Amino acid sequence: MTSIPLYAQLINLCAAVILLLGFAMLAQRRVIQLVDLFALQGFMLFLSTLVMAYKTGQHHLFYSAGLTLALKVILLPLILHRLIRQLHIKAEVEAMVNIPTTMLIGIGLVIIAFNVATPISLLSSTIARGTLGIALATVMLAFLTMITRRKAITQVVGFLAMENGLFLAATSATYGMPMVVELGIALDVLVGMVILGVFFFQIRDQFDSLDIHHMEKLKER
Amino acid sequence: MTFSTSGLLGQLFAILLALVLAPLLTGWVNQCRAWLQNRSAPPLLLPYHMLHKLFHKDVVLAHGASSLFRAAPFIVFGCMVLAAAIIPSLSTDLPFAPAADALALVGAFGLARIFIALAAMDVGTSFGTLGGRREMLIGFLAEPALLMTIFTMAMIAQSTSLATIAETVAHRELVIYPSIAFAGLAFTMVSFAENARVPVDNPATHLELTMIHEAMILEYSGRHLALIEWAASLKLYTYSCLGLALFFPWGIAERDNFMAMITALPILLVKLAIGGALAALLETINAKMRIFRAPEFLGTAFLLAVLGLLVRLLLEARV
Repeated sequence: MTSIPLYAQLINLCAAVILLLGFAMLAQRRVIQLVDLFALQGFMLFLSTLVMAYKTGQHHLFYSAGLTLALKVILLPLILHRLIRQLHIKAEVEAMVNIPTTMLIGIGLVIIAFNVATPISLLSSTIARGTLGIALATVMLAFLTMITRRKAITQVVGFLAMENGLFLAATSATYGMPMVVELGIALDVLVGMVILGVFFFQIRDQFDSLDIHHMEKLKER
Repeated sequence: MTFSTSGLLGQLFAILLALVLAPLLTGWVNQCRAWLQNRSAPPLLLPYHMLHKLFHKDVVLAHGASSLFRAAPFIVFGCMVLAAAIIPSLSTDLPFAPAADALALVGAFGLARIFIALAAMDVGTSFGTLGGRREMLIGFLAEPALLMTIFTMAMIAQSTSLATIAETVAHRELVIYPSIAFAGLAFTMVSFAENARVPVDNPATHLELTMIHEAMILEYSGRHLALIEWAASLKLYTYSCLGLALFFPWGIAERDNFMAMITALPILLVKLAIGGALAALLETINAKMRIFRAPEFLGTAFLLAVLGLLVRLLLEARV
């Protein structure tokens, strides 16, 4: 048994923590803590990208690490916290399925993701190809977070977490996307966040609630 | 299989040590807890005085108590002594250990749990029944998590024998395994639930609505109660030793190295003291949760253990 080099251990550790945070977000009942968990996930992503950038010496990975830190750890959580304050959201997030069941579904998704990713990751030659499965699992867990929640704001946090998973997949499989693409995605996420923020106010004004179930009754006349 | 004399001596010494040290560990945890909560601490040797007092008292049996009620304390105590015999605490050279691996150990804990729950229901008081049912609820959620934790470590060591696991973990180079961290976290949560400690049950309470372990043993008195209290201390001790053997086995004596046991003893004492203090700290900073939150707590432990297993398969197995 050959020993795993230290940087790969660190990346694996970061990836494992990201996966754990994905589950924590799935189980979290309060909106504010959910945003904090999202920020923490972004921070772990930043750390793993930094380690990978340092090891491989790829400059654009440093930029994307910086971008992750600025956007996902600082800016987006700030915007979300402000939105939560302005919208006076204090109530607990109500999940559609109870939490232990959601967690069990989550475990099932992780098993699927790991099985799907193993053959793909064998094709890759990067140092952190093992984490591809974790990236896929993070995407699936974020999906599940979006599906099982009723409030618009938690769905947005789930969406952002999904972007975290995609970013991890990109760095672990191919050392990140080209700079232009990455900048484009970052801007998209930011602009999307701003637009969704406006939407929240519109939805609340219209329905007096952020529960998107009210929107199912909308019909074209 | 051959029994070496030193192995047998070591085995007997380990069992005796468990019997003697277990109440001390309980006393130490209680003392740390009292300090952290700004109370004046009970004396360290209080559990021994309790046992001494209880052994000299007469047994009062409830009307309608069957022989099961009288046999249960002995069975529970026997299970805990068996558990103490097969968990490597001082040395991995345990002649009794091949008789039962980690899975049988979980079975021994399960047997003890079933008998104490049955005995609690035997007398027919409502508290006993309530306690027994709650204990089984906690048990059926905690056991899979404990098994998953042990499976994770067994996969690393390629064996379910506790002695082999301890040796493998002690000998491998220092590598960061996320799976071990997950398993360790899950094990900590399970051991708090299993030992009737604070987030799930409060060992000091006699408030009717919250107690689990205390509700089951309300009807016991005299030497029966002493045996059950001793068994509870032994359970705490065996869980601590199991945790140390699985996750921090450094300093444990190896096969054919009888002299190493001399250094292993102080190391074990230091590790137990630190572990007990940490347990008291965790108990202090956590609040007792509602019984209906316990499934969520133990579900999280199960989740962590399964994640540890999966992460082990994905990230570490093929290297």
